[in-house]
Amino acid sequence: MSVLLIAEHNNKELKPFTLNAATAASKIDNDIHAVIIGNDSGEAAKALSELPLIKKVIQVEAAYYENFIAENFAPVIVKLAENYSHIICSANTFGKNLMPRIAATLDTSQISDITKVISADTFLRPIYAGNAFATIKSKDTKKCVTIRPTSFDPCESSGGSAPIEKVDPSEEFGQTKFIKREEIKSDRPELGTARVVVSGGRGMQSGDNFKLITAIADKLNAAIGASRAAVDAGYISNDHQVGQTGKVVVPDLYIAVGISGAIQHLAGMKESKVIVAINKDGEAPIFSVADYGLEADLFEALPQFLEELNKLNTIQK
Amino acid sequence: MKILVAVKRVIDYNVQIRVKEDKTGVVTDNVKMSTNPPDDNAIEEAVKIKESGKATEVVAVSVGDEKAQETVRKALAVGADRGILVKTVGILEPLAVSKLLQKIVEKEKPDLVFMGKQAIDDDCNQTGQMLSALLNWPQATFASKIEVKDKSLEVTREIDEGLETIEINVPAIVTCDLRLNEPRYASLPNIMKAKKKPIEQINASDLGVDTTPRIEQNLVEEPPKRKAGIKVSSVAELVQKLKNEAKVI
Repeated sequence: MSVLLIAEHNNKELKPFTLNAATAASKIDNDIHAVIIGNDSGEAAKALSELPLIKKVIQVEAAYYENFIAENFAPVIVKLAENYSHIICSANTFGKNLMPRIAATLDTSQISDITKVISADTFLRPIYAGNAFATIKSKDTKKCVTIRPTSFDPCESSGGSAPIEKVDPSEEFGQTKFIKREEIKSDRPELGTARVVVSGGRGMQSGDNFKLITAIADKLNAAIGASRAAVDAGYISNDHQVGQTGKVVVPDLYIAVGISGAIQHLAGMKESKVIVAINKDGEAPIFSVADYGLEADLFEALPQFLEELNKLNTIQK
Repeated sequence: MKILVAVKRVIDYNVQIRVKEDKTGVVTDNVKMSTNPPDDNAIEEAVKIKESGKATEVVAVSVGDEKAQETVRKALAVGADRGILVKTVGILEPLAVSKLLQKIVEKEKPDLVFMGKQAIDDDCNQTGQMLSALLNWPQATFASKIEVKDKSLEVTREIDEGLETIEINVPAIVTCDLRLNEPRYASLPNIMKAKKKPIEQINASDLGVDTTPRIEQNLVEEPPKRKAGIKVSSVAELVQKLKNEAKVI
């Protein structure tokens, strides 16, 4: 039996985590088919067919697939599911919204947010905000699995030429209507895939003060993150939130500024390779996970940090 | 409109959990338990809708052991009208919970079902979506704003890219994000009043649902500890370490 990968895209391009999900799928079985459901998504389907890991692309098109409504997507996957042993996608808001709808219809107990494939039926996944890891074995004949994208490397994205098969759309659900999407456009690297992340917390004291973070992020070509406290306080929008209920990031360098380090925040960043904490409270829990801790007032430290960075001329882009 | 709100009893979010020595799970004996945080937002939103005159009744339901009654009672203390406890033994997977909730929905016939987007113990993020699949109802997950219209809801959802707004026809399922509202505290008089509100107890085994686990949890371990870091005394030292020692800038 083969694996069905659900591609995430914006009708023009593949979303980067599709590549991480393909890698995870390849740890289960080499026979990977990928389904792309969208509207006028030919370019993205072509990009998908070029992933060397993918043996076949299934393209399903309809106007009502334009906005990725789970109620419209799920019946398509359920219909395809009979030919597959595993259905895989990323555990981001796209996959979290969609996969349980598929799993329940197939009467399968879903396995969420795996960080490792141990065998075709056994997986590792974090529980309790990553404070414990469970090894679990699925007894269902069909397995619905979402993967933590940052735990798997992106696969090769060129060189393949899988055939693209078009399949008829399922009926429109009709009870859910898309109204609008407010995407924050940015020239910065995406938070989930950035090599460097600079995050601010409640200690920033205002949204305006985030410009101190922005200046450093510009210098380091970094993404900007935030703690839930900073988002709740309205300093910055929700798409920047790192943590148990936000995004999980694993950059080479994570700089936490004015973040105390609640369990829920640590869940989203403690796998980062190098962690820096800047906080004036020397007892803040963030220091327990930091490789380099600087106990200082961030309003003094950040301008100095920028100045020191300006002295270096070797910033990697 | 009638709103059913599902609430789960979990280890309190401030507790640093510990893995059992035999690695079969985490220690729950003598550990502080609370309502799953986003479930508090779900109750709050339902109560606010009722207070605005757009809902007639708020029913809180929990699936769990006898002690989950406390969680239902807390929902009653912040404004739910009555409660239901579906009594179960052992660990239930989200699929089983959503099947049990489906039975309660068929019995209670609510127009809306609210719950938190994710439970902070198993971090599965499945039950709302599964229930909506079983009922074939529309779903609005990760809601940070809900506007009640005549026979629909306009819901703003928190997604990775920012915000998305959708309109879903009633009956519908909404899973709530932490930014949906600020849950109120129960006042002492309301806690006393809640003691008189009815909680119906139903045995899960009487609902005709097979709740046998499909997943074996073989091993629960602590994550590898990070090695202790160092404190630096100045920004200049920090930048030097990052450049020459960690080599990340």
